[in-house]
Formats: sequence, structure tokens, C-alpha cells
Amino acid sequence: MQLGTLQEVIDEYVDDGQSVALEGFTHLIPFAAGHEILRQKKRELHLIRMTPDLIYDQLIGAGCARELTFSWGGNPGVGSLHRLRDAVENDWPQPLKINEHSHAGMAAAYTAGAARLPFGMLRGYVGTDLSQVNGQIREVHCPYTDAAVAAVRAINPDVTVLHAQAADRQGNVLIRGIVGAQKEAALAARTLIVTVEEVVESLSAPMNAIVLPHWVVTAIAVVPMGAYPSYAHGYYARDNAFYRRWDEIARDRDTFTNWITRHVVRSRDHAEFLDSLAEAA
Amino acid sequence: MMTIAAARLIPPGCVCFVGIGIPSAAANLARLTHAPDIVLVYESGSIGTEPKVLPLSIGDGELAETAAAVVSLPEIFSYWLQAGRMDLGFLSAAQIDRFGNLNTTVIGDYRRPKTRLPGAGGAPEIAQHAKQIFIVLKQSPRSFVANLDFCTSAGFLTGRGERARREISGAGPQVVITDLGILKPASGSEELTLVASYDGISVGRICAATGWPLAVADTVEVVPPPTLGELCVLRDLQKRTQVAHAGSVLAQREMHRLLQTQV
Repeated sequence: MQLGTLQEVIDEYVDDGQSVALEGFTHLIPFAAGHEILRQKKRELHLIRMTPDLIYDQLIGAGCARELTFSWGGNPGVGSLHRLRDAVENDWPQPLKINEHSHAGMAAAYTAGAARLPFGMLRGYVGTDLSQVNGQIREVHCPYTDAAVAAVRAINPDVTVLHAQAADRQGNVLIRGIVGAQKEAALAARTLIVTVEEVVESLSAPMNAIVLPHWVVTAIAVVPMGAYPSYAHGYYARDNAFYRRWDEIARDRDTFTNWITRHVVRSRDHAEFLDSLAEAA
Repeated sequence: MMTIAAARLIPPGCVCFVGIGIPSAAANLARLTHAPDIVLVYESGSIGTEPKVLPLSIGDGELAETAAAVVSLPEIFSYWLQAGRMDLGFLSAAQIDRFGNLNTTVIGDYRRPKTRLPGAGGAPEIAQHAKQIFIVLKQSPRSFVANLDFCTSAGFLTGRGERARREISGAGPQVVITDLGILKPASGSEELTLVASYDGISVGRICAATGWPLAVADTVEVVPPPTLGELCVLRDLQKRTQVAHAGSVLAQREMHRLLQTQV
């Protein structure tokens, strides 16, 4: 495990053309890491996330992505992700290949990836058109009963990026609250990067807590409020007002580009990004 | 009225898999009125949650804090939903057809969509595995269509027992609650049939808001209007929610920093 600044870690471990999963199911979304990928102008990425959320709306709109694997692409409780829509409907700023799943299917694909199985299984997708548009959803038959079961190709990202509450000095990482498929995405990846709110002397983790041991973590960067406008349970709440405001910002290409330039590109790091938002408010 | 009509239909004691929006509002209204013992399960992995305000997203912290247990996504979809432990699943959609099949994926052609919608999320497997499904959806010829542009989640497929023949475990859509009235599948054909309307809404108006010749039951009942009690509980819940969602997280950060510099 290597401890570095976010800038160093993204520069060293994220390359153009890679498959990258920034996971976190509404909670602990690694926004700061996503913004750093955007600042460093990474290109042709295959982005993987169950819920693309605002962070992928931003990366897609900024031209970082060629492909997206996902299972639900909206702004939760608000409406559309306008940049994702513009890419799929109008190829702006560039064409985006999509591989779409259901949540259950994508969770199974991560689980298989973590276990280094070639595919995951579920009783799912029956009667839907999804398997007709995604070649990574097929059918297998049970060798014992011959029952049909859906088979999804395992997901093994080149890089998974997570945000977590805390790491200890050795680099063991504790995640608590709504944990989504973070553990599976982490263990499915070849490289695992984690941003944390803080480094602590001891994690004091309950016995059955989700701890990623230091020897599966490639690199850690300390980024306070690194999940904002998502949240870190026990540290700060989700900024639901910002999620609502995003709808207006992302609806128009120029408004979006100006916002990205002003707040993300011109900020040196996440603290400056937060300052610039607070100033604008 | 959709929210209140949906809430009334939730049986006491049921284990309810809910999504954001009207389903979440209806399930919480039921919990705060006639069904205090229902178990709310959100797909973010919160089991037995009792939120004081309605969540904006499926994974708001409020859901985890008030839950009996918080589990991972692979676990919620496999051990809990797929295993058939959910009595009731709530779904909505952009399009529905006469057999309760749902589209939340695209309007127009999949490769060249007119409108790209959010997609499947948990819906296909909720539709497949929950013991029964309630659908909540505003009624218009654009949403109630003869042919879906894309089938995201299966209802009764082509009707007349097709769902059972495909060995789908749950019983499928048992009721569709719209802003005009209530539809239920007819036994045998499994085609959605108008069984009730809201006060002052004519059957003709409901048929005109449907993109296929709508089947109408012999007697169409009138849904009693909301009671004062129901309205009070719902408005109170919505007010608390509004206040909670307007709070500024960045202002808290500023305040925290000011406090630190003063020390």
C-alpha cells in the first residue's frame, strides 16, 4: 500500500483507455477522485458503475469516456442525467457504447469478478428485452435440474476507486453504512485506489465490519469530504439540494462546460473545489 | 391522491420492497396510519427501516440510521429478493401496456432513442420475484400504450397464463394505481381492467387517457376521497422532508472551519 496525494495516485494508476469503476451506491461516491481524473484529462475510459450518478455525468460530458457499463442511469429522486442522455441520444461530446444490466445482474457480475469466476448467475431478466441488447447477459442450464439461469459475464475493472471513512496507518480500510457493491468491486479489480476522510491510529472495527486489508489496497489518498455531494456516514450528509441543482447545470451544454471549467478544472484540488462552490452559493 | 390510494392498499404486516418517489411516500404513509407493523426494505440494502423524513435518493443516510440491518447489494438482491422473501414490490415506469409489462429504458429505437430513460435498476428482478407487484403511474395515452418501445420488466407478458408458463416466481402486477383510478388484471385474460375511479372522474375520461381500448369492469367503484387524517400525516411527512433536504452541507463545512479557527 502506497500513501500519496490524490493527484499522484490518479496520475500513477489511471491510464487512458482503461476500464475504471468508481463505486459507491449513492453513499461514499468517490467524487474527488472522479474530478481528479477529469482534471488530468484521462481519455477513452470504459466507465463502470451501477448508478452512473452525477460523477459519471460529469466525466461523460467532459469527454473522458468511450464506454459505460451500468444498471440505472438517473439522478436519484430528481430525473435524468442530461450529459449521459446527450451522449447516448446525440453522440455529444463523443459516441458512448453502453452495456446495460439490472442491479441484480450487475451485482452478480461484480461478485463473480471478485471470486475470479468467469460469469455470475442469477434468476433474473426473465421476459425482459435487456438480454437482446447486451451480449453479456446469456442463459445457462443447471447441470442438476436443467433449470434456466441467467449468466452475466464477470466484471473485472482495471482499476476500482472507492471512498471510505477511514484507514489506519498500515492502510487497512473500514467502510460502514450503506455499502453497495464496494467490497465486490474492490476485490474484482486489478488495482484498488481508496480515498479516505482521515487516517486514524486504530479503526476500532467491529468484528464483522467491512475491512479491506492493506495488502489488497494499491494506494490511498486522504481527501476530507472526498465524497461530496454524496456523503460519508458519520462525517457529513448527502447534499440533496446540490443534486436538485445539478439538473439545471447539466441540462445545457454550455452551462455544464462553464461549471466544470470554473469549479473543477480551475480548482487545484478538492478543497479548492469545495471553496469555489461555497463562494458561488 | 395516488399516494393515498396506494397506501390504503398495503396490507398490514407485509414486507415491502420500495423505491423512491410515490412508492416510498405511500409505504411510509401506510406505516404511519393503518399498517404500523409493515417492514420497509430499500434496494440500497436497508432492511426494516423507519425513516422520519422521505429519502431523496435510495441510499440516503436516514435509511441506514433507522434500519434493523444494512446489507450489501449482492446480498439484498440474492438472499432477500431472489429468495422470495418480499411480499410486495412497488414499481413505476414511463410506459405500461395492457398486460402490465413496463418500460423504463428508452422511448423510440434502442440504438437511436428519442428519449433515453434511466434504465432497469432493481425493477426486472423485483417484477420477477416479489410475491405481488403494485404499479403507480400517471395515466395518459403516452404512458398507457398499445405496444412498449422496450420491455424492461415483465408483467403478464402476453397474458393468458404466459407468466406462469415461463415459471416466473412472483404473481405479477395485482393493481395499477393511476391519478385517475385503479386497474386490476382480469382473471383468465390477465388484461388490465378499470375497477375504480376517483370521485368526479368519468369512465370516459379514463378510457380516453389509455392508448388501447380499455376493459371496464361491470361495476366501477368510486374511491373514497382522502380523509383529513391521511392528508395531515402525508403533508406533515412532506414538510419534514422538504426542510431536511434544503439543509446546506457546505455551510456546515464553513461553520466547522470557523469554529476551529476560533479555538
